[in-house]
Amino acid sequence: MEDSQKKLAEHSGKSRLEKIGKTISFLCIAFIVFVVLSILYFVASKGIATFTKDGVSLIDFLTGKIWNPGSIGENGKPLTGALPMIAGSFIVTLLAAAVATPFAIGAAIFMTEISPTVGKKILQPVIELLVGIPSVVYGFIGLSVVVPFMRNTFGGSGFGIISAAIVLFVMILPTVTSMSVDTLKSVPRYYREASLALGATRWQTIYKVVLRSATPGLLTAVVFGMARAFGEALAVQMVIGNAALMPTNLITPASTLTSILTMNMGNTVMGTLENNVLWSLALILLVMALFFNILTRWIGKKGAMN
Amino acid sequence: MKFNRYNKLAIAFISTIFLAACSPLEGEESITAVGSSALQPLVEAAGEQYGSENFGKFINVQGGGSGTGLGQIAADAVDIGNSDIFAEEKSGIDASKLVDHRVAVVGITPIVTPEVGVTDISLENLSKIFTGEITNWKELGGKNLPITVLNRSSGSGTRATFDRWVLTEGSKSIVTQEQESSGTVRQIVASTPGTISYVAFSYVDDTVKALSIDGVKPTDKNVKKNKWIIWSYEHMYTNGEPVGLTKDFLDYILSDEVQNTLIGALGYIPTNQMEFERDAKGMTTEVLKKTEQKSD
Repeated sequence: MEDSQKKLAEHSGKSRLEKIGKTISFLCIAFIVFVVLSILYFVASKGIATFTKDGVSLIDFLTGKIWNPGSIGENGKPLTGALPMIAGSFIVTLLAAAVATPFAIGAAIFMTEISPTVGKKILQPVIELLVGIPSVVYGFIGLSVVVPFMRNTFGGSGFGIISAAIVLFVMILPTVTSMSVDTLKSVPRYYREASLALGATRWQTIYKVVLRSATPGLLTAVVFGMARAFGEALAVQMVIGNAALMPTNLITPASTLTSILTMNMGNTVMGTLENNVLWSLALILLVMALFFNILTRWIGKKGAMN
Repeated sequence: MKFNRYNKLAIAFISTIFLAACSPLEGEESITAVGSSALQPLVEAAGEQYGSENFGKFINVQGGGSGTGLGQIAADAVDIGNSDIFAEEKSGIDASKLVDHRVAVVGITPIVTPEVGVTDISLENLSKIFTGEITNWKELGGKNLPITVLNRSSGSGTRATFDRWVLTEGSKSIVTQEQESSGTVRQIVASTPGTISYVAFSYVDDTVKALSIDGVKPTDKNVKKNKWIIWSYEHMYTNGEPVGLTKDFLDYILSDEVQNTLIGALGYIPTNQMEFERDAKGMTTEVLKKTEQKSD
């Protein structure tokens, strides 16, 4: 009697194991949170130093059009106008997403609604392959194929926003497509059945039922693609020309936040204005990444309510 | 209980790794050199050669750019900081504590796409191209082809040297395309009609055309005589006078053995063959070589 009571009262091996498992997984998540917070703190503290320590005004930074942190402008302040890069990043991202979205959704519809077998056997592996190609390869192809093509078509040097947008379009296409496929697949089968039973054609079913109910998911896919395009550095740097000029058209050299960052980081000294202002660019990138993240969550929530 | 055993094992394993990393085997020694990517191949090659001749001594070489090299050595975080430019020229660096070791010289030459139809240019016109005053090759007697100016990223050592010796006093380069590495620059110049840029001598090949300036050809010989003025030192900085392995390695790089073989083979010019020298302010003076002093 006492024995069994004791047995019941003390922790069994299984429950101890569970506790250990809980502790380990908690430690893992705590570590990740710690790393993320450290990165946030590091980038933010460095990025804000431009404004607190070096006395650059936030408005000059965000709206100035001349980027040359090493020299002093007419107002006696360093030339740290980041608008050309901010504009470059946004234009490239939006263009790439605008071109990629129809292709991606079309491909996703084909793979889920029209020909699932071909989709699964041929398209799926192809798309997975595209995801795995390193960005330097995309950049190199851009440099040796897209740039000369643009040069021969539009004249000029061939380096510019349009070349970058094309390279990014190819880079984000697989991401957006595979996420769109998942979304379309998750549309319940009985939606389609009900629509067809009401006499709708396949096209009507796809257009009015499947795409409608999948809209939040598709938007999330596009935003994910945009986030990737916004943060891509190497491939863009190779084809955009990296001139810190306000983009006036699509075929002259421009720059993005990432291209200026990667080009100049090694040439500056930690703690100087030239270095801090690069961290400020990194901070913008980080804030945008957070923004894209929040946007996808918000879209997800909105979609769930419908 | 089962877990505890694994736990102990894991801790033992991890700590072994850490300890192994922290305390090198007896007799082994290593130093780290960080910085300039233009100097990196030389230091790597020399370090490898040094390591094979001196058992148990390791030279770790990392890139990162001249700014990184100078910043790290000023903070005393590494043993050697590699730089393409004088520490005095870089803002934010306290150069007073740093000791300069000039291990090599590089000549920098303007390069163009072969079909522009120009092979010689005056220094003044070269400056005008980079400041945006001359925009077509026909103004220089070449083809009717617009000039595309391609710069290295601001703050790179090659750019700093080129700007300093080519651009007329007080003028600034136009805002234009920039590229991070000399290899990419060469590729773009080779493939984009009408492009002009600049690289170190060792990067010039058949795909691009190196311009002569005022009739002077970009050759090692002309650099040594200072007839070709666009050149700079490759610096290896130490924080304070070097000691121990650092001193030994720097002596090795500056030894005749390395200077006369490796440095030339990698496309640099040995410092000891220069007939002129420069200081951080850009003052160039003639040096009397030891052999010449003897004959005097």
